Amino acid sequence: MAYERKFKIGKPILEVNNISLAFGGVKAITDTSFNVLEHEVRAIIGPNGAGKSSMLNCINGIYKPQQGTVSFRGQVVPNITPNIMAQMGLSRTFQNLALFKRMSVLDNILVGRKLHTKTNFLEVALQLPKVKKEEKLNRERSEEIISFLEIEDIKDTPVGKLPYGLQKKVELGRALATDSSIILLDEPMAGMNVEEKRDMCRFILKVNDELGTTMVLIEHDMGVVMDISDRVVVLDYGKVIGDGTPDEIMANQKVIDAYLGVEH
Amino acid sequence: MANELLFFMEVLVGGLLAGTMYSLVALGFVLIFKASATFNFSQGAMVFFSVLAFCGFMQDFNIPFVLAFILAAFLMVVVGLCTERLVLRPLMNASEDTVLMATIGLGYVLEGLAQAAWGVEVRRLDLGIGDFPVPWIADNLKLFISALDITAGLVAAIMIIGLFLLFKYTKIGLGLRAVADDAGAASSIGIPLKHIMLLVWSAAGVVALVAGCMWGARAGVQFALVDLALKALPVLIIGGFSSIPGAIIGGLIIGAVEKILEVYIGPFFGGAIEGWAPYVLAIFFLLYRPEGLFGEKIIRRV
Amino acid sequence: MKPIFMTYTKKDLINLAVCMVLSVLIIPTFIKTEYWYTSILIPWLCLALATIGQQIVMGYTGQLALGAAGFMAAGAFAMFNLILRVPDLGFVGSLIVSGLIAAAFGILFGLPSLKVRGIYLMVATLASQFFIIWMIDKFGWFKNYDSSGIITAQDIVILGKPFTTPLAMYFVCLAVTTILTLLAMNMARGSTGRNWMAVRDMDIAAESMGVSLLRTKVQAFAISAFYCGVAGALFAFCYLKSLEPVAFDIKLSFKILFMCILGGLGTINGAFIGAAFILLFPVLLNAIGNNVFHGAIDATIISSIEQVIFGLLMIIFMIYEPLGMAKLWENLKQSMKSKLSSSGIKGVKSPVLKK
Repeated sequence: MAYERKFKIGKPILEVNNISLAFGGVKAITDTSFNVLEHEVRAIIGPNGAGKSSMLNCINGIYKPQQGTVSFRGQVVPNITPNIMAQMGLSRTFQNLALFKRMSVLDNILVGRKLHTKTNFLEVALQLPKVKKEEKLNRERSEEIISFLEIEDIKDTPVGKLPYGLQKKVELGRALATDSSIILLDEPMAGMNVEEKRDMCRFILKVNDELGTTMVLIEHDMGVVMDISDRVVVLDYGKVIGDGTPDEIMANQKVIDAYLGVEH
Repeated sequence: MANELLFFMEVLVGGLLAGTMYSLVALGFVLIFKASATFNFSQGAMVFFSVLAFCGFMQDFNIPFVLAFILAAFLMVVVGLCTERLVLRPLMNASEDTVLMATIGLGYVLEGLAQAAWGVEVRRLDLGIGDFPVPWIADNLKLFISALDITAGLVAAIMIIGLFLLFKYTKIGLGLRAVADDAGAASSIGIPLKHIMLLVWSAAGVVALVAGCMWGARAGVQFALVDLALKALPVLIIGGFSSIPGAIIGGLIIGAVEKILEVYIGPFFGGAIEGWAPYVLAIFFLLYRPEGLFGEKIIRRV
Repeated sequence: MKPIFMTYTKKDLINLAVCMVLSVLIIPTFIKTEYWYTSILIPWLCLALATIGQQIVMGYTGQLALGAAGFMAAGAFAMFNLILRVPDLGFVGSLIVSGLIAAAFGILFGLPSLKVRGIYLMVATLASQFFIIWMIDKFGWFKNYDSSGIITAQDIVILGKPFTTPLAMYFVCLAVTTILTLLAMNMARGSTGRNWMAVRDMDIAAESMGVSLLRTKVQAFAISAFYCGVAGALFAFCYLKSLEPVAFDIKLSFKILFMCILGGLGTINGAFIGAAFILLFPVLLNAIGNNVFHGAIDATIISSIEQVIFGLLMIIFMIYEPLGMAKLWENLKQSMKSKLSSSGIKGVKSPVLKK
């Protein structure tokens, strides 16, 4: 893309170092390393079962790898938990949707504002002025995100009642509400039609462009990957088989073989 | 010194055997959990309902022992049928917690029906086995162990070995385990879910009847039997909800620990530690080994 | 005006005003028989408060806890001992401290929730039920070494004035319940409640958004136990007027569980609806038994039937409306609104026809 980025791509914000993950006897990820540069759009691609979601789960602390470390802004994070990573400025969406089903769209996104909520339960119970101020601010920010994602008319609907495509948007909204520096997106466009995908691409790019949020996404649609990502890392059988710009990895023979199912 | 050791042995053996009584109740829970991953909170009520029916048939209708037992067992099959049809089938896709609540409701229904049908007086159940020390053990080993406890132990052993073999080596057992693992998948490969559920719940009902008989013979058939089922919960946690051998080991452990704590530490606190000690023991297991000694590891898929 | 009223919508304020008028003016004016206060209104308020506690930990936060009565006992006996030994604290002060003591138990016995869930957690919470009752029973200090077995609760004295008549105690319960209910509603609608519900609906995602599971769960258990503790103190001092551990047994915990679920999991309304139903239904059954069958039916049969019906209702609700009576009530209001608006009457809320 030949235009002036507002947020120039910078130093590595996330580094995955020699991660190995196994479930029982099954090796999901083997000695995998790659980095993510600040303000870039990084895609993770690979055939099914390559370990992509597991990798995100390792980064965000849901799985504990047997080996390897994750560094955030150059510092190794010991004892990663989803909470710690969230506080450091990393947020995510989930492949199989992890929305709060009984809560409305607005409330789901408001939960994303948790890190910007400093009042405790007693203050909330007594509805002190600072609670009202904070709530007002958080609501405003959430409403901004809701209109950005063009989902105003469903904001009070319990998310469990929404169609899949809209739920995916709400998940993105919730992750955006955290105002994180980096967002991991696990197949954000799965199950969407062409129009919905176009919208999602637009949103992802807009967020990256206007806020400088680093986006890491697992994606299957090669068209999308080519279009919106700055760099791509390719996983196969839990190992990295390609890492570079979209053009580079498209020309990479190993990647082509993997996707065509050639024995390797 | 020898006397103290002897006393300890008595307490221990008494505890172990009392524990097998708990195992009998726990076994019913395990059966259902193994086959449907459902926790049947009404198992205690089933114990109460079945043995009360048994007593009722014998004492109110003067039906002979064996026939009354068969009728009571048959009644439990009917209960299993109704439960499968009216409670479980509609809740096929509901969450675990919802089904749990439904089984709590079921327990209430069974308790209420039992009391409405057969009244609230405590009933005596005479199995022909006395709850007093077996003479030749007392004479030869100098241990006072109740005949009833020994019978319960034997009955439990037989049932547990039988059920264990059933689950592990028969086709039905395999089917049951498949259903517990993934009911949808099992159904799609042709395993008759409805029949299996009926089989399992009826079996749990008969197991409840046997357990009820043992307990009823010892303490009379009364409402407190239902609360007794709550005691089976720590047994399940320690043994593992899905393990048949676990039910017996868990029962033995709880029985032994309960008795020993009661006898040796109880007096310092005025007694009745057995009310909560098993639960606290269960908490420790929950913290360090939630699947119990023999249960399957609980995996949460993300 | 206290700030707690100002974030409510117009609808909320109207509801509040209606409730206040009903409970403070209308009921005391028209209901004169003591029976209604001593046997219905007072226990309803106390049990509804305990059920709000259950709602917080189970309905909102999704933790299967079964020890409400144990925490009520902790609160009741704490209150008794505080009034006895620290009289300077006064009624309100003792009530708050009793709640805090119950909250401490809640935190202790809520810790297993960090590792286990579902039936496993339920078993762990049963430990609190049995342990607390045992502790109160066995250590004579809690009962002031009273060997008679039944301890009479002290009279309620606030700011020097005695509150011993049924009407007076009704007002005490009403005041406490109203304040605590409003606080609960504020929490439930605010960030606190959202955190609870996030943990209930999808805890891993909640964590990934920065919600601390540890702090949220412990907080829920603590606040829930606080409410149960205060409810227990009121229950003992205004309803039972005595303190016996056996009044707070596991059966009461189950009763509160039913109130919570039948009433509507995850709603504050549901606490009041459920408590009212569970309390009033037996009264109704007895009335039917006495008037329709002229006392021909044995009392134990009636209570057995009651048990069967509660069990059936639980099963039926789980199958058809897991969100309980509160949801049914919502549905009813919605369908009435749409009927009224579809027949062209404007201003659905007001019963006055606008032409």
